[in-house]
Amino acid sequence: MDKSTFEDPKVVISGPMHGSLRHDSAHKHVTGTADYIDDIPEPSGLLHGALGLSDRAHAEILSIDLSAVAAYPGVVWAFTGKDVPGVNDTSSNGSHDEPLLAETLVQFHGQPIFAVIAETRDVARRAARLAKIDYRDLPHWHDIDGALVNGSSLVTTPMTLQRGEPETEMPNAAMRLKGRMRIGGQEHFYLEGHIAVAIPGEDDEVTVWSSTQHPSEIQHIVGHVLDIPSNAVTVNVRRMGGGFGGKETQGNQFAALAAIAAKKLGRAVKFRPDRDEDMIATGKRHDFLVDYEVGFDAEGRIHAVDATYAARCGFSSDLSGPVTDRALFHADSSYFYPHVHLQSKPLKTHTVSNTAFRGFGGPQGMLGAERIIEEIAYALGKDPLDIRKLNFYGQPGSGRTLTPYHQEVEDNIIARIVEDLEETADYRARRNAIIAFNRDSRYIRKGIALTPVKFGISFTMTAFNQAGALVHIYQDGSIHLNHGGTEMGQGLYTKVAQVLADSFQVDIDRVKITATTTAKVPNTSATAASSGSDLNGMAAFDAARQIKERMVAFAAEKWEVAPPDVVFLPNRVRVGDMEIPFPDFIKQAYLARVQLSAAGFYKTPKIHWDRKAGRGTPFYYFAYGAACSEVSIDTLTGEYLIDRTDILHDVGRSLNPAIDLGQIEGAFVQGLGWLTTEELWWDDKGRLRTHAPSTYKIPLASDRPKIFNVRLAEWSENSEATIGRSKAVGEPPFMLAISVLEALSMAVASVKDYKVCPRLDAPATPERVLMAVERMKRV
Amino acid sequence: MNDSIRFILNGEDIALTDVGPTETLLDFLRLKRRLTGTKEGCAEGDCGACTVLVGRLADGKLAYESVNACIRFLGSLHATHVVTVEHLAGRDGALHPVQQALVDCHGSQCGFCTPGFVMSLYGLWLTKEKPGRREIEKALQGNLCRCTGYEPIVKAAEQVSLMRPSALFDPLERTRSEIIARLWAMQASGTIRIAKGEDRLIVPASVQALAEVLSQEPDAIVIAGSTDVGLWVTKQMRRLSPVVFINHLSELQSVTESEDGITIGAGVSYTGAFAAISKKIPALGRLIDRIAGEQVRNMGTIGGNIANGSPIGDSPPPLIALGATLTLRSLEGQRKMPLEDFFIAYGKQDRRPGEFVESVFVPYPKATSRFAAYKITKRRDEDITAVLGAFLLTLDDAEIVTDIRIAYGGMAATPKRARTVEAELIGRPWTEATIQAARPAFDADFQPLTDWRATAEYRQLTAKNLLTRFYLETVGAPAELKRFEEVA
Repeated sequence: MDKSTFEDPKVVISGPMHGSLRHDSAHKHVTGTADYIDDIPEPSGLLHGALGLSDRAHAEILSIDLSAVAAYPGVVWAFTGKDVPGVNDTSSNGSHDEPLLAETLVQFHGQPIFAVIAETRDVARRAARLAKIDYRDLPHWHDIDGALVNGSSLVTTPMTLQRGEPETEMPNAAMRLKGRMRIGGQEHFYLEGHIAVAIPGEDDEVTVWSSTQHPSEIQHIVGHVLDIPSNAVTVNVRRMGGGFGGKETQGNQFAALAAIAAKKLGRAVKFRPDRDEDMIATGKRHDFLVDYEVGFDAEGRIHAVDATYAARCGFSSDLSGPVTDRALFHADSSYFYPHVHLQSKPLKTHTVSNTAFRGFGGPQGMLGAERIIEEIAYALGKDPLDIRKLNFYGQPGSGRTLTPYHQEVEDNIIARIVEDLEETADYRARRNAIIAFNRDSRYIRKGIALTPVKFGISFTMTAFNQAGALVHIYQDGSIHLNHGGTEMGQGLYTKVAQVLADSFQVDIDRVKITATTTAKVPNTSATAASSGSDLNGMAAFDAARQIKERMVAFAAEKWEVAPPDVVFLPNRVRVGDMEIPFPDFIKQAYLARVQLSAAGFYKTPKIHWDRKAGRGTPFYYFAYGAACSEVSIDTLTGEYLIDRTDILHDVGRSLNPAIDLGQIEGAFVQGLGWLTTEELWWDDKGRLRTHAPSTYKIPLASDRPKIFNVRLAEWSENSEATIGRSKAVGEPPFMLAISVLEALSMAVASVKDYKVCPRLDAPATPERVLMAVERMKRV
Repeated sequence: MNDSIRFILNGEDIALTDVGPTETLLDFLRLKRRLTGTKEGCAEGDCGACTVLVGRLADGKLAYESVNACIRFLGSLHATHVVTVEHLAGRDGALHPVQQALVDCHGSQCGFCTPGFVMSLYGLWLTKEKPGRREIEKALQGNLCRCTGYEPIVKAAEQVSLMRPSALFDPLERTRSEIIARLWAMQASGTIRIAKGEDRLIVPASVQALAEVLSQEPDAIVIAGSTDVGLWVTKQMRRLSPVVFINHLSELQSVTESEDGITIGAGVSYTGAFAAISKKIPALGRLIDRIAGEQVRNMGTIGGNIANGSPIGDSPPPLIALGATLTLRSLEGQRKMPLEDFFIAYGKQDRRPGEFVESVFVPYPKATSRFAAYKITKRRDEDITAVLGAFLLTLDDAEIVTDIRIAYGGMAATPKRARTVEAELIGRPWTEATIQAARPAFDADFQPLTDWRATAEYRQLTAKNLLTRFYLETVGAPAELKRFEEVA
């Protein structure tokens, strides 16, 4: 990309790229005037839906009696899968393994079987409890162990990555270790739960407002269940109250049910499940069981790795294929494995189908790799950081740059990041002080760990790496921006508006950001995989480029100057030696019949992936980071505190440092929750018992590190030609939280003088920490 | 006048004659008034997205507290001032300093939790001049944010504490005297009774009226804070009728300190009891800081926590250890009993038809005694107890245990004394060896359950270890992690 476009002009506009502009909706957030879907004025005659859920984990449905439901005063319609006009399926990947409403077989406790439509939400919820459903129970298992014991099937084809000669080289390693790690799942806990409103239109048309990260998929699914073409369905979303991957595919069911009822009844229909139902009936982060073997030398240099990543996928495939793939893509963390064999095992369980969640399998993959590092370090009596540094990918030419998926790591800056943080966080001295403290402290122990992040950016499904944007400039010079990305709090709208303001050199308040809609930009990808700014920023940039080219041609002709003499200056255009205010210039262009609207498009270059062969270049580039965390634990109860965390993270040349810092802090704390207090617990009936914030504990303000220092690697610039040379930021910093788990692990290891790897599993609840301490004592 | 619930909503007088006993404030705001700034995040008082302020007259003063609108019933709002986020910004759109600070510090991302944070921070701003990090975190214990990691929100709270423009700027300071007059005029002259269909709500005018109501309606549901009963409605969809609201009864609101102890009225909130308790029994004060979030502490009462009889209620174990006495009242008069005798079995308390909890008397530990209470949870703050241990120890001059009272929550079907353990300790020297020797006695006292909060094994082990922690603290070797050193 031509970087000159982004050079700072002498007088600057407000809201340029790389500026710390606040979130475009901040004013509306704090005044309560930002409209979420439940806040939009309701259409008259609006009806409300509620789900009827299975109370069996795995059973044949013998009969469904909804007479009491239908007879409840205020109920308008109760319907089952048989009433779906099109295909009774919401599977996002076309594998037809996920019925909208279960007809003959339920496969998890809480699976939707029917829906109730009523005059009020309260009536719908009450009536939904009155159904009589007869079942014939079938054997069920809700976790990975159960799936393995019962020889469960896989929900999708597993993937294998192999490079070198792991089979023959593993025995050649000086030392070998085998182990197993359990990694828990995670509930998204977006503060705004799922919601959809469907408004019937004429003929086959329907308009849906959905809290979704993937409007095009909602459009597709609604068309599918109603048996109507996509051109009859319009899906809108202005903002979500959080998504985190939980609204990539999981909104399908609510939108589909609302649309079916709206078309059937000719009235608008809203579905807003209660928090408990949302948590029970929608998917979560996958739990993993990692079995690993590592061969290494006496220094701690890895020679070979063999690992199997088994995942709890739930009853259907959903996104489990790409999620377990991404776990393998990150099973190397930042380390070069000379010989490697990695295998995924996407297991079917009788639980809700697990789905996308920030990092998309990557965190679980990396956590397994960091456990392997810990194993080596404790086996050799070394500082885990030294083992890490010994095994980092090398620079091009080092012969240590090839990933297990045969992509070269060309932009490696992990060593620089880690060395910088090691020094600024004073890691060595603090580690020594902690070891001294632990020697004298009987019950309170401390730990510290510095862990790296390397995260591959791009959808591994190559086709998803495309985006569109629609830009209009109106006669008064005001600019209308629309793109396929969705806003869920990450500041995407703000960043893309900055791109546009920068391109046209106008103040950002001239740019109106409009709700995402399938009617303006078609065939969009989910706003996911950290790709929102990369893709949509470039698409908007392309739209601006087209309009600017037309404007330059127009001005050059009208005022008889050479095209290079038409220059976009802050809020004005210089044509030769004349300067014209931007709105006046636009008016002139309009009068001259210049098209002031453009559809921009972008597709990520260079990437390709052959899943069967396990070879390719799935990622356009990598984002890097590192975190150093210090913790204290109480070895009588397992309780702990995070005393301090230092982070240095790479976002390339930041599009918006304030927003990027917010993403890093937020992702870290969310990762911290995943690895500490967030525990999903199913009972022996297969019922999720942690289905509300009273039982499922995400971090509070008082759980964040007491001292929290976060910096951007300001010297970094993307080596690829991304928008403004920035890097993606949504997911990578999530994995910085691994430093906390490993610091806890060190504190536990102190009980046996750091001679035994504690094998602390996630989430490290106080109970798991205490039990790990007790295990140490018995070793 | 006694056929309606009347309150002030932002600036407007509201009178509801047709209101059910379990209609929530949140539904009223969002569905009836389309005040959609207040959000529903969980409908169980845990996430804080629905936080509003409720102002109430007490001793002629008007005090505002943050509460959860999702589990607050309209019937409990008579003669109060309900303040939502829509009331904060000026008419010209100028942001309140609390709002401006959140914008300046980049304190919102998805924004859904933000109005709730605004209201919690506003509640703090109104009551604390320069809060420290500990006070800020405490004020935010009842607010979940999934995006920011909280750092910018805490910074906003610090920043705004330095800004205190003239009272005229603040919408509540500006109208304080006027609101006091309006609330004063609103107070009911007698018992309010409202029927909606078959459902009835009753707001008795006095404790005597409450006793009369309960003698006629012994099955009535008595609601003070509704922090538990609220969930019966929002989650279990239970129909409750008749419902008797008692949170306004000033006779139940008193905290009386005497030479030998403190009497807490059944209607006193955790927040209301905190100051007196933390002064006299600091360990109990610290425990109250870890019960729920600020909004729930502003609503929930110690009386309700006892009357509700939960095996994991946080106040009974320490109160039992301290030797608290419960006073029940009915039309027939008062009845007193040791608190521990109140809990008979799971879900069964010694409360006779027509009786209600009137107050609890908490004796101060003797100067020669040591008292401590420890709560074990998955997440440090705003979590329900896995194990709670409370200890009251008395030693003689020779360091021999003359008396020890130990009570646990989360270990049995009711809050329960560890009598076998106590017997093992009494008469023995207070040494580590004695503590070690008493550990097996726990197995005779408790056979805890496994659930999502903890396994039986963890519960039993930490129960034993908490005695060790107590011992260590009594000999000057603190063994508890504290995020902040200072005590409020």
